[in-house]
Amino acid sequence: MTLVTSPDAVDKFSSAYEKFTVEKATSPNWVKKLREQAWSTFSEIGIPTKRRGNELWKYTNLQPLTALDFYAGHSGSVTTARIKNSAPWDDDWHTLVVVDGKFSSELSRINDIDGLQLISLNEAIETETDDLKSLLATLAGKEEYAFSALNTAFLDDGAYVSVAEGVKIEQPIHVVHVTSESVESRAVYPRLLVDARAGSSIVLIETHLNIATTSQFSAPVVEIFQGESSSLRHYRVQMENEISFHLGTTRVSQQSDTDFTSTSFAVGAQIARNDIHSLLDAPGASCTLHGLYMTNGVQHQDQEISTTHAKPGGTSDQFYKGILSGKSQAVFSGKVIVMRDAQKSDASQKDLNLLLSRGAEVDAKPSLEIYADDITASHGATAGHVDRDTLFYLQSRGVDEESAKAILVRGFAEEMLNEFEPTALYDFVERVTDERIPVLLSESDTIGTA
Amino acid sequence: MLEINKLHASVIDIENSEILNGIDLTVNKGEVHAIMGPNGSGKSTLANVLMGRPDYEVTGGDITFQNQSIIDLAPDQRAHLGMFLAFQYPAEIPGVRPWQFLKSALDSKAEATGEQKMSVRNFSKLFDEKVQAVGINPALVKRSLNEGFSGGEKKRNEMLQLEVLQPTLAILDETDSGLDVDALRIVAEGVNSMRSPERSFIVVTHYQRLLNYITPDVVHILVNGEIVKTGGPELALEVEKDGYKEYLSTSEVTA
Ligand SMILES: Nc1ncnc2c1ncn2[C@@H]1O[C@H](COP(=O)(O)OP(=O)(O)OP(=O)(O)O)[C@@H](O)[C@H]1O
Ligand SMILES: [Mg+2]
Repeated sequence: MTLVTSPDAVDKFSSAYEKFTVEKATSPNWVKKLREQAWSTFSEIGIPTKRRGNELWKYTNLQPLTALDFYAGHSGSVTTARIKNSAPWDDDWHTLVVVDGKFSSELSRINDIDGLQLISLNEAIETETDDLKSLLATLAGKEEYAFSALNTAFLDDGAYVSVAEGVKIEQPIHVVHVTSESVESRAVYPRLLVDARAGSSIVLIETHLNIATTSQFSAPVVEIFQGESSSLRHYRVQMENEISFHLGTTRVSQQSDTDFTSTSFAVGAQIARNDIHSLLDAPGASCTLHGLYMTNGVQHQDQEISTTHAKPGGTSDQFYKGILSGKSQAVFSGKVIVMRDAQKSDASQKDLNLLLSRGAEVDAKPSLEIYADDITASHGATAGHVDRDTLFYLQSRGVDEESAKAILVRGFAEEMLNEFEPTALYDFVERVTDERIPVLLSESDTIGTA
Repeated sequence: MLEINKLHASVIDIENSEILNGIDLTVNKGEVHAIMGPNGSGKSTLANVLMGRPDYEVTGGDITFQNQSIIDLAPDQRAHLGMFLAFQYPAEIPGVRPWQFLKSALDSKAEATGEQKMSVRNFSKLFDEKVQAVGINPALVKRSLNEGFSGGEKKRNEMLQLEVLQPTLAILDETDSGLDVDALRIVAEGVNSMRSPERSFIVVTHYQRLLNYITPDVVHILVNGEIVKTGGPELALEVEKDGYKEYLSTSEVTA
């Protein structure tokens, strides 16, 4: 008798996949093919687990996710009021709302602007432009990565942003990915494709949240294509409830002289991984990946950050800051690869952590993989506690211990918060931070106890 | 106002680390006391112990301020009673702006003493006025507290806080060190303008230079954690001329 072992937890998704392929029998062939390829990739790798000796998953244990069963339950209703309540919002922004992976035209607010196309991914697929065919799932989906493969296997709608050559859009484009309320746990696969043509300029905000009180699983995929000399200011807000799972994939491809600047604010979910990779595919591209993460309780935040310098004269800057309390864990895995062709590249990497409790743990591994000889690079990571001298300084001026700690934690976050330029966005992340700090401090045991 | 009685203090959790070996010192209302002494004699330790720094442990004696023992009070509670320490080496605090920090310091004090909080508007006015008075570049106070400040800028910032908080007992630990002549005059003028029958100062200094501007009522010489001599302003002039040789040898003999 032979034992047939299927890769971890693939079974949990296979009946859903079969059902899905039947439902989507009328999809265009090229889309069906993408799904099939991706499913076969996913079936081979399954949900990665620690014990498979997989370096990429050494510090992130997905066991709690594999223990869940996912239902294709019905989605609950989502209202604009509800979103406004839990996400950054500005009436002047172009807002695209994607509920459980499905584009919602009722909830979206799209203003007509020449050269800017904001539609559902389904509509984009139906129009079957060659442009879309040449982009969709070319950065994420064919790679050997479980969660982009899983998303692609269930590829069905999402949001599509296309900016014509030379068009500069001032108001931010906000894509809200929301998981609705449901009694059962569900897996959702939001998807966003951004086609920013040469010389264009946009501000893109992504918010990931759920308004569920139950445990949900979201595996969003974002693909961004930047034409030469375009500029894209990107923000990512990730704040699902603390019993949910977020396994996000962002893939960026940059042509010459492009600027991609991203700041992330990651505070949600029980287990969250923000996997972002940018490919500097032409000379003179610049990529900035910054972020702030805050964890408490038993949360786990994993920043999987990588940049590949494929061509000369590129600049990359990775800089993350973390604030951890309770028994939470964070991973910063920053990687910069400088290929042989990429002379005169400039790369820096930094991860600074503030540990507020003895039970909190951070695994920071910044790494540089360099195959070119004429480059400038630096990297470093630290994990420290609130400094007793500074605490005493503040207290000596009359600030009580709790407030002094809060001021110091807030001070640590400040430089990242300041990167959130759109006013409504800044106000939002600031409010969430200020509400979060007392929670972090309530689980703190490393400072002021001497 | 302040009474220090046979104060012994050592570094917390380190055995036989006594730094202060029985200090007696009384500061009356309205007086200015200067404390001088060689490097490492315990001047900063005394200043910090007075303010309640957790790195030190009081192993004997007592400190009373306004007729109340303060040994068990937290630093912020001491501040609320009206004590203030201008640090020899002010901490750098990234991401915290002086304006916000001082406002919360004042608010905490108001809360503790049951006074009304100052309005943002009045506070801003006071703040701007004092920024000008101590000659800090206004651009600096928009930055993080002390981060990237030069040595002199940090000291001016200590003066700014002193002037905004208006304590009843101000301890200045070498606020005059590392200052250019103009800044030195600003410190001296600040102290002189705040001098009042209700307010006292303890000024730790190495130099007669500052005492030319601020004439102290009493001068103490601190050596090896003990006050070895107390006198009038002339004592500072003697030290300037002869150094501490004389005191060092006597204290070695007694040790
Ligand atoms: N936290 C500490 N841990 C260990 N030793 C300490 C600590 N604080 C002070 N000391 C020691 O106590 C002694 C007195 O130090 P203190 O800073 O009070 O001197 P000081 O008189 O202010 O000197 P200076 O004139 O150089 O400022 C020194 O030998 C110093 O090294
Ligand atoms: Mg000193």
